[in-house]
Amino acid sequence: MAEITKLIHKYLRHDKKFPHVWCPGCGNGILLGSLIRAIDKLGLEKDEVVLVSGIGCSSRLPVYVDFNTLHTTHGRALTFATGIKLAKPSLNVIVIMGDGDAVSIGGNHFIHAARRNLNLTAIIINNNVYGMTGGQFSPTTPYGAYTTTSPLGHIEHPFAISELAVTAGASFVARGTVYHTHVLDEVIEKAILKRGFAVVEVISNCHTQYGRKNKMGSAVDMLLWMKKVAVSVEKADKMSPEEREGKITIGVLVDRDLPIFTQEYQRIREEARKRWATVTKSA
Amino acid sequence: MSNGKASHGRVLVLQGNEAVVEGAVAAGCRFFAGYPITPATEISEAMAQRLPAIGGTFIQMEDEIASLGAVIGASLAGVKAMTATSGPGFSLMQENIGFACVAEVPCVIVNVMRGGPSTGLPTRVSQGDVMQARWGTHGDHPIIVLAVSTTRECFDITVRAFNLSEKYRTPVIILSDEVVAHTREKIQLPHPEEIEVFDRIKPNMPPEWYIPYEDTPRGVPPMAAFGDGYRYHVTGLIHDVRGFPTERAEEIQAFLTRIHRKIYNNFHDIMMVKEELVEDAEILVIAYGSVARSARRAVKEARERGVKVGLIQLVTIWPFPRQYIEPLLRRVRAVLVPELNFGQISREVKRINQGRTRVEKLNRIDGQLITPDEILSRLLKL
Repeated sequence: MAEITKLIHKYLRHDKKFPHVWCPGCGNGILLGSLIRAIDKLGLEKDEVVLVSGIGCSSRLPVYVDFNTLHTTHGRALTFATGIKLAKPSLNVIVIMGDGDAVSIGGNHFIHAARRNLNLTAIIINNNVYGMTGGQFSPTTPYGAYTTTSPLGHIEHPFAISELAVTAGASFVARGTVYHTHVLDEVIEKAILKRGFAVVEVISNCHTQYGRKNKMGSAVDMLLWMKKVAVSVEKADKMSPEEREGKITIGVLVDRDLPIFTQEYQRIREEARKRWATVTKSA
Repeated sequence: MSNGKASHGRVLVLQGNEAVVEGAVAAGCRFFAGYPITPATEISEAMAQRLPAIGGTFIQMEDEIASLGAVIGASLAGVKAMTATSGPGFSLMQENIGFACVAEVPCVIVNVMRGGPSTGLPTRVSQGDVMQARWGTHGDHPIIVLAVSTTRECFDITVRAFNLSEKYRTPVIILSDEVVAHTREKIQLPHPEEIEVFDRIKPNMPPEWYIPYEDTPRGVPPMAAFGDGYRYHVTGLIHDVRGFPTERAEEIQAFLTRIHRKIYNNFHDIMMVKEELVEDAEILVIAYGSVARSARRAVKEARERGVKVGLIQLVTIWPFPRQYIEPLLRRVRAVLVPELNFGQISREVKRINQGRTRVEKLNRIDGQLITPDEILSRLLKL
């Protein structure tokens, strides 16, 4: 067995949960590999890791791995993660969402989580479509694209998830693709290490639904498409707006140090204790 | 209690919402997430002072869906947690109430009822959410719902709500109402040692032996907190004993049966009613929440006029105290159910009555409390 396979197997729940629900060639598995490599490299104990997800293909990810895992309601993963992190700040809480989950039904939670700046890691697998329900357009489906609910071409314009996270105040925002796995490993590792709300948007392929409707070919063809359209942040900075048209910027978009919620709240606790906590004894 | 201090043993004048907060803190609640809404907001405000001072956490979330999500997350991490809202927010919470039922996560949800439907009557009293508390979330599910009628009950029943939620691993809903929430009354807070507090049972076996949703004689499996070394899966999907999603008919049947059994088999532990002058009563008044206060007065006055009437105040609303009420229906000649809706509990009383005795309704839906006189005049005509 290759070393990398052994490593992956160290973290999988073999006893129960296979085969998985994903289509052959799905990018979700590649992201899972990246996540495992990052966690292993950082040396996190399994007991200290909590994986929280919402609803959708990508949100089935936690069940396969041997951490504390929580599969919540659609769009609400970040809210549950908020409670876990506040109750036990020592845990590494990593949230896995899809594009529909994170920025459609969960869009409000997403921007507020970014603004609140808890020490959470949010990984959003963006495949531009609702895959599990059969290929309806999502908030990241491009203008003109075909899906089962935009059979004549999509007339809305997509969210740029990473840019939204930057504007909403996240401490760290990075984008990767499931083709550029080295970049992905690296940004996930940085996101987990980051003190503050860290977002990683992962461009992925749903060849079964989105690719098929938009004549993008097989899983491999879609990976090659990612290879073609992705440019590094450094390179994109030197490009003109015209040259950047149709490109996907990958790498770290923002990395800034902002006060985190738990740190601020500790201050509130100390102040509240001074003012209000002495009474029980004196009464 | 505007200064956020605890004052055990002292005589205080508190409103219902403040007493809920004191009860929660006494029961061990250390996490509160909420969203401002009339007439529940004072609960958030008092929690924002009380919790940080004792090392707990208060957070105001972006909406009520998020509030209950955060509460469930905190509870999964081992901290007793609560939220409070009113009708419109309670509607938003329904999806995560279902999650807490299925994932068996202890938590307490206070719904300070106001007039509905929709935005309704934000500052007026109502009891319109009785059925929503029972059936608001989709699918067959068990739920415990308790109703409060005084400041003292706001304290005691909140403690009880936490105890039941911990004991049976279930969300417990407290139905308060605008009158109970905002009426200021004298209360002497008990000393902590006088308060019985139940904490969830944790697993004591080695992690590799832990089966998180295993059936037990009580039907309530021990609950490990995230980070305690028992790594397991929690999901809103119907799951097998290990917590993993299942579509096997026998596993689905076993799971849904168990979560119902754990509540219904312990009916006598969960059921709370307060009865007054029931022993020789020929007429019964069945009331709950703020209306029970008017009913108590009306019953007293009717007795003074020689009418043999008794009061049953429902504290446990769901599961409905059928086993307790059914025998009484056989021997009284009439029952009056006053409530601030079109007849949500009277419907339940009629359902179990099966025509044995006369069941009369007395309803107000105009945002006003039913007065003792209104109840009395109906009693005198029965």
